[in-house]
Amino acid sequence: MSEAIVFGLCAAVAVGLGLYGVIANPHPLRKILALNLLGSGVFLYFGVVARRGAAVGFGGDPVPQALVITGIVVAFSATALAIALLWRLFQATGSATLRDDAPASAGANVTHR
Amino acid sequence: MSLALALEIVFAVVVLSAAVWTIAAREIFPAVAGFVGYGLLLALVWMRLGAPDVALTEAAIGGGLTGALLLGAAAPLRASERPVAVEGPGRVLRWLAAALSATVAVALAASVLFLPDPAPTLAPAAAENASATGLGNPVTNVLMAFRAMDTMLEKVVLLLALVGVWSLAPDRFWGGRPGPRHHADPLGVLAFLARLLPPLGIVVGIYMLWAGADHPGGAFQGGTILAAMWLLVMMAGLTDTPPVSRRWLRVVLIAGPAVFLIVGIGGLALGDGFLAYPVAYAKPLILAIEFAMTLTIAVTLALLVAGPPERSAER
Repeated sequence: MSEAIVFGLCAAVAVGLGLYGVIANPHPLRKILALNLLGSGVFLYFGVVARRGAAVGFGGDPVPQALVITGIVVAFSATALAIALLWRLFQATGSATLRDDAPASAGANVTHR
Repeated sequence: MSLALALEIVFAVVVLSAAVWTIAAREIFPAVAGFVGYGLLLALVWMRLGAPDVALTEAAIGGGLTGALLLGAAAPLRASERPVAVEGPGRVLRWLAAALSATVAVALAASVLFLPDPAPTLAPAAAENASATGLGNPVTNVLMAFRAMDTMLEKVVLLLALVGVWSLAPDRFWGGRPGPRHHADPLGVLAFLARLLPPLGIVVGIYMLWAGADHPGGAFQGGTILAAMWLLVMMAGLTDTPPVSRRWLRVVLIAGPAVFLIVGIGGLALGDGFLAYPVAYAKPLILAIEFAMTLTIAVTLALLVAGPPERSAER
C-alpha cells in the first residue's frame, strides 16, 4: 500500500498549495484555479482512503470513489458559475478587481446599457 | 525501493510540479495550461489508486471540460491581469499565508501517516448487496442505488448552476443564444476535426454509458464525452448554440432529474421507500435513469461551458 502514503502526501501538498493560491493570488481567475487545486487535493485524499479500504477483490472502497465522482461534477458546476460571475463583473466594470474601493471610471470604455 | 514505489514517487513529483506551476506562474494563460496538465496527470494517479471510474471522470471533467472553460475565460481576461497584479497582498501577509498553508499541509500529511489500520471499508457491504441491482460495477451501484440520493441532488445542483449562469445574462439577451457565434476556417483543422470526431465520440460516449453497468464508465463519463463533441461542433462554427428559451432544450435539461424523481417517488408508493427500486425491476429502472441522465448531463455541461446568453435569439 505504498501508493496510499505517497499519494496521500501528494494530496496534502496540493491542498496546501491551493490554500496559498486562494489567499495570495489577487486575480479572481487565479483564485478559482487555486480553489480547484485545493478541491482536487481533498478528492485525492478521499481516493487514498478508498484505496486503503480495498477488499473483496475491489481496487478500493467504492463508496468514497462514488462520492469523489459526484464531487468532481459539483466542483465543475461551481467553477462554471464562478467564471460566469467573473465574466459579468469584467463586462460591467472593465476590470476584474475584487476591491471594494475600485475606481468607478474603470468601466467607462465598456459599453453599458 | 521497489520499482512500483519509484514510479509512484515520480508521478507524485510531476503532478506536484504542475500544481506549483499553476500557483506560481506569472501570467494567467500558462497557469491555466498548467492546471489542465495537472488534471490529466491526476487521472493517471487515480488509475494507480485502483479507481478507473474516477480516473475517467477526472480526465474528462477535471482536465478536459474545466480546461476548456478556464482557457475560454483566460483569453479575454488577459487585459485585466496587469491592473489586478499590483493589488496582491503585502510581503507579511504572503508569509502568513505560506505559514498557514504549510501548517495545513503538514497536518494533513501527518493524518495520512496515522490513518487507522486496518482501514474501515464498505467494500464488503457493497459486494454483498450487488446482486440486488444486477450491476457488476460497484461504483455504479453506489452512485445509482446505494447512494442514489446524492446523485439525484447532484443533478439538481448542475441545473441550479446553469440557472445561475443564465441569470447573469443582460435583460435584453434573456432567452437568447449563449456565447459568441464561433467562426472557424471551414477548410481548417478545427472544422475538419469537428466533422471527423463526433461520430466516433458519440459512439464512445454511448458505449461508456452502456459499459458502465459492469465495467468502468457510466452516465457522467459518457455524458461528458457527448458534451465535448457538441462543444467541438459549436466551436468550429458548424452549428450555433441554441437559444436558451427553446422548449426542447428545457425538456432535455430537466429529463434526468425528472425521471430520477419519478422513479424515486414510485419507490415510495410501490417499494420500501424513496428511491427504493423493486428488486425485480432494479436494473431496467437504473438504466432508464442513466439514459435520461446522460442526455441531461451532456446538454447541461456543454451549456455551462458556453456561458450566459450574449445575443438575442433572432441573430
